[in-house]
This record gives sequence, C-alpha cells and structure tokens, in this order.
Amino acid sequence: MKTESRLEKILSSGKLAVTSECGPPRGALPEKVKEKAEMLRGCVDAVNVTDNQTAMVRMSSWAASVIIKQMGLDPVLQMVCRDRNRLAMQSDIIGAYSFGINTMLCLSGDHPKFGDHPMAANVYDLDSVQLIQTVKKMRDEGKFQGGADIAGPPKMFIGAAANPFADPFELRVMRLAKKVKAGVDFIQTQCIYNLDKFEKWMEGVCERGLDEKVHILAGITPMKTAAMARYMKNKVPGMDVPDDVVKRMEGVPKEKQAEEGVKIAVESIERLKTVKGVHGFHIMAIEWEQKVPEIVERAGLLPRPEV
Amino acid sequence: MITAEQKPMEEIIASVAPFNSILLVGCNECVTVCAAGGRKEVGLLASALQLHFFKQGKTLDIKEITLERQCDPEYVEELVNSVDRVDAVLSMACGCGVQTIAARYKEKLVFPAVNTKFMGASERQGVWSERCQGCGDCVLGITGGVCPIARCSKRLMNGPCGGSTRGKCEISQDVDCAWQLIWDRMKALGIEKRYEEVMEAKDWRTSRDGGPRKIVREDLAS
Amino acid sequence: MEKFEPEIVALCCHYCAYTAADMAGSKRLCYPPNVKIIRVPCTGKVDAIHIMKALQKGADGVYVAGCLEGDCHFKNGNIRAKHRVKYVQKILNDIGWSGERVDMITMSAGMGERFAQTAAEFTEKIRQLGPNPIKLAVDQKSSAVGE
Repeated sequence: MKTESRLEKILSSGKLAVTSECGPPRGALPEKVKEKAEMLRGCVDAVNVTDNQTAMVRMSSWAASVIIKQMGLDPVLQMVCRDRNRLAMQSDIIGAYSFGINTMLCLSGDHPKFGDHPMAANVYDLDSVQLIQTVKKMRDEGKFQGGADIAGPPKMFIGAAANPFADPFELRVMRLAKKVKAGVDFIQTQCIYNLDKFEKWMEGVCERGLDEKVHILAGITPMKTAAMARYMKNKVPGMDVPDDVVKRMEGVPKEKQAEEGVKIAVESIERLKTVKGVHGFHIMAIEWEQKVPEIVERAGLLPRPEV
Repeated sequence: MITAEQKPMEEIIASVAPFNSILLVGCNECVTVCAAGGRKEVGLLASALQLHFFKQGKTLDIKEITLERQCDPEYVEELVNSVDRVDAVLSMACGCGVQTIAARYKEKLVFPAVNTKFMGASERQGVWSERCQGCGDCVLGITGGVCPIARCSKRLMNGPCGGSTRGKCEISQDVDCAWQLIWDRMKALGIEKRYEEVMEAKDWRTSRDGGPRKIVREDLAS
Repeated sequence: MEKFEPEIVALCCHYCAYTAADMAGSKRLCYPPNVKIIRVPCTGKVDAIHIMKALQKGADGVYVAGCLEGDCHFKNGNIRAKHRVKYVQKILNDIGWSGERVDMITMSAGMGERFAQTAAEFTEKIRQLGPNPIKLAVDQKSSAVGE
C-alpha cells in the first residue's frame, strides 16, 4: 500500500470501487456540503469534491473535503491547474493531508472562459501530467517540486481523468500512458454513453498492459431529461452521446425520462462490469445526488465492502 | 512580428482632446506590416482626428512623422526638433516604441494610439495569429514546430485536454487545438513516439515570471 | 444658409463607371452638376486616405463607383474598394460624422442611366444630410469673428 486511502484499499483488494461526486456550494453553506455528502453515505467508497467546476467560484475543494472527512466519509480532493501555481497547489496538498485527506484527483480544469470570471488570469503553471508527477514526488521522495525536502510528506493516492471520447482518438490511449508514466494510481473517465467506443479504447488500454498499472473507474452520469441528452451531445466539449441514446430518452414521455436515464445508467454499469480493466465506477449525478444510492443498488454494487 | 490594433477612436480622441498640437508618430516596422501604425495609418488617423475636431470648431495641429524604428533610440532622436513644438506625442508603435519615446523625451506626454497584442504571424492578407509567447526556452524542436505555450489555451505541455474536438479548441471553433496540430505534425515527421515522453514542469524564470528580462551581448555592447 | 448645393466627389473606375458617365453624356441624360468625377484605373486603387482627404478639403459627399461584382477588370479591385469604403464609414461614425457621406456603387460600362440615376440619388441624399461639418464650423467661426 502506498497510502491510507480507502479507495486504494478497495481497488487493491480486487473489488469494484464506487465513487461519486459532490459539487461544493457557491457560498459559505457548510450544511449544503453535508446534505449532499450524507446522501452518498454507505453507497460509495469515496466522494469527489470538485474544484471550482466549470470555472465558477465555489467553496474550495479543500474546505469542503475537510467537512466531508469530518463526517466520516472519504473525500477525493479534486485539484485543477487553472487557478493556482505550484506553490499554492503544494501547500493545499499538505494542508489537506494534514486533515487526513489522502486521495486526490489531478485535472487541467475548464478554461475560465466558461465560468463566471472569464476575466481571470489563467494560471497553468503546471499541467495535469506535471501535477501528477509533483504529487508523486511529494509522496514517494518526500520532496517538493522545487527539490527541497518535505518534513512530513503527504501520502496521496493519485487520481486523474481520462476522456476516451475527445479528439484525436488515436492519442487517447497514449495520453493515458503518459499519465501512468507520470505516476497516476487511478483514473476516472469522462461520462460514458458511447459504450462501443469506450470498449474500443479499453482494448487499446489493455493491449498496452496499462490496465495492470492503473485502476480505471468508468464514468457514469444518469440523464434527467431528453433535453439534457441533447445538450450534452451538442454543447459539452469532448462529450460523445450517440443518437440512439438521445432517441431512447426522447422515446419516453417527459415524466418517465428520469427513470429511463437511470435505467440507461444501470444497464451501462452492468455491461461495463464485464469489460477487462474496468475496476469500478465513478457516478457523477450532477445536482441529482439523491439518485446515486438507487443506481448503485440497482447495479448490484451494494453493500460496499468494509476495508 | 509584434502585432497591434488601433485603439477605439473615442479613447484616442479623449487622450488628445486637451491639446492644440500633437506629434503623431508611426513606426516603419511591425506595426506597418500589420497595418496598425505605419505611414498609411498615421495619415488616416491624422485625417480622422482633424475631421473630428474641425466639427467641434477646433483646429488640432497634427505633425505626422513615421520613424524607421520607434524602439531604437537612434531613430527616436530624429524627433528632437519636432517634439518641442507640440503639446503631446501620440504614438502608433507598439508599447516598446511608446516607451522609447517616453524615456527619451521625459518632459513630454506620450499617448499610445494602438493596443499591442501579441507576437504573431500572418495567416493571410489581413489576418494575424499568435505564435510565440517569448517564454525564453523554446520547445518548438520537440513539439513538431507548433508551440503549446502560445497556441494551447491552457498552455498544456502534455496535451491535448479533454476539450479537443474535431481539431478545434474547446474555447472556440475559431481556435485550432494546438495539440492536434502538434500530433499531426509528429505523425508527418514520423516521430509519434516522442509524444509519450512527459514534458517536465517548465522553469518559468526564463519567461516574464522571472521579472523583466534583458539581453546583454558583451561583444556588441559598448 | 441659402440653398445648399452639395459638392460630390465620384471616384470612377476607368473600365465601367467612367465610361458609363460618358455614355450618359452621349445619351444626353441629365445628372446633377454637383458631381465631380475623378477617373481611377480601378476602384482598387482608391485608398481610405483619398476619401478622407476629399472630405477634409470640403467635399460634402464621396462615392466610389466601380464595376459590378465579379466583373472587375483586375479581378477583385472593386471588392477591396467596397471593404475600404466600409472602413471609412466606420471611421466617420466613430469620429461623430455620418458614414452615409461616403458610399460604394457598382455599374457596368453600358449603364449610362444608372450612372445618371445614382448621381442624382447620392446628391439628393447628401443634400438631406447637409453640408460637410467643416464648412459649418468655418462659417460659425467667421460669423463669430464678424460679431
């Protein structure tokens, strides 16, 4: 074991892991964090805490992670390269670890253009691959990125994202290989609707033996409405929603669309369980956290293992 | 070249409105090529300003001059006689030119008539795009001749991010994904393997982050 | 001011509008004497500064008359001219003048009627707009001095 991370323990025991997500509130509302996280208790192994997602200011991932940790749950501290330079990132990692946060996710982050501060400076001192390297160096060598020793190095279980659906497709396995080389321990993927394409990507991943080196959690997002399916298909960069999925959502009456979305999610999980290299699921129910327990249960992923 | 764009007319007018005479100084280098502040633009701006102030019932005396290079003290010296005869200087050069004039003629107000934009190249007639950020440690040799720092919206050294779609950047359909370009070029050159070499965290000291930069060539400096 | 007779400068392409003006003459078509024609080898030769200088020297309106689109003798000089006229219109609007004082018109060499008609129309438009603001400013100044 590299860390004390509960997620690491589950993944190394060979069981399927389940993670979900909690977007912190846009204000000093700790009870909102607790409310969302509470819905996930008992049905997931760790809760991702997003870092100013879609480039909108929110309660810091760091603080919300502490709240969740204090509830006895396991947060995954998300960290984007957009907002801080390497000094700030490393100090936040040490700070978070000091509160017992031992799992994190290294991301590039959405461009500020998409958020509510499009006028903000765009930092990117490091990119996500270099952030992985940095966290690994802090953990394994006990050194800061700049080379100095750390007194009390943070032992982080290191995650990153992968989007099998972005272009160019031929680079997507190679980019994962690069993250593995940099030292990533687990991967959460972009939401999967095009299962064929995902499986093709996984084949490439396994061909290169990357599945032996990194745990891949398949990203699942239940769709609430047909409108949401169309929006994700047309408006969200790097998202692949096939026509038949949109048609399937459109094919049922409005009041039944949410149920259809959950059904699709459950079916996807069932199918992906059999895919070589998939070691778990990351269920991102955006502002729909209450549905996560139901999806996890219907997908046969309960009870969550004790480790 | 350094590219620039004329400031909004309103802003230029406001900056020269308090004066009766100005020296309008163009530059024969970059801003001439990108049609922002060469001799032609000097003539046009002088004409526009005069028309504007005529209508206000005021005659603005504008002396037009276009220097060979406004970022070079030797050429800026040529203004020595004309500067005294005007109330202020309006420069159509990039920020380097404006500052060279300001440094030489300390008692004279100098206003910029253009916004300096970026170091770029001409794509076609009338279109310029950013190509270099002057990071001070060129990586073009290992990125297939496409700069990720200047051309990736997130200056990712290990791109592309998940927002690359059909060769375009997530921020706009008008922006090419730099990493798609890098990848295409690597394939064309048969150096795809190089892609998987992780590019280490950059030392930004050679860039602006290390403070204002300077080049001293001992063999040339006197 | 008594009856305002605008002074119009028409920058006419040798291959079309200038010939069309000739045609109008030989057909004895009437067009306003306000229009002063300047022959250019192609409207692509007309630069923004030429239009600006005409206004600065007191022209009340300026138009560029070139070949029909697709028929330029030099391929696309008329298209370039169109963009430049648009650019000058923007400058004029930005400095508090009216962009309508300048315009781009196209015609073929055989369109004598169109030449006469557009000359009349443009003159009328400028008559409505009133004199070049410079003239007004000068008039005001001189009358101020007179007092």
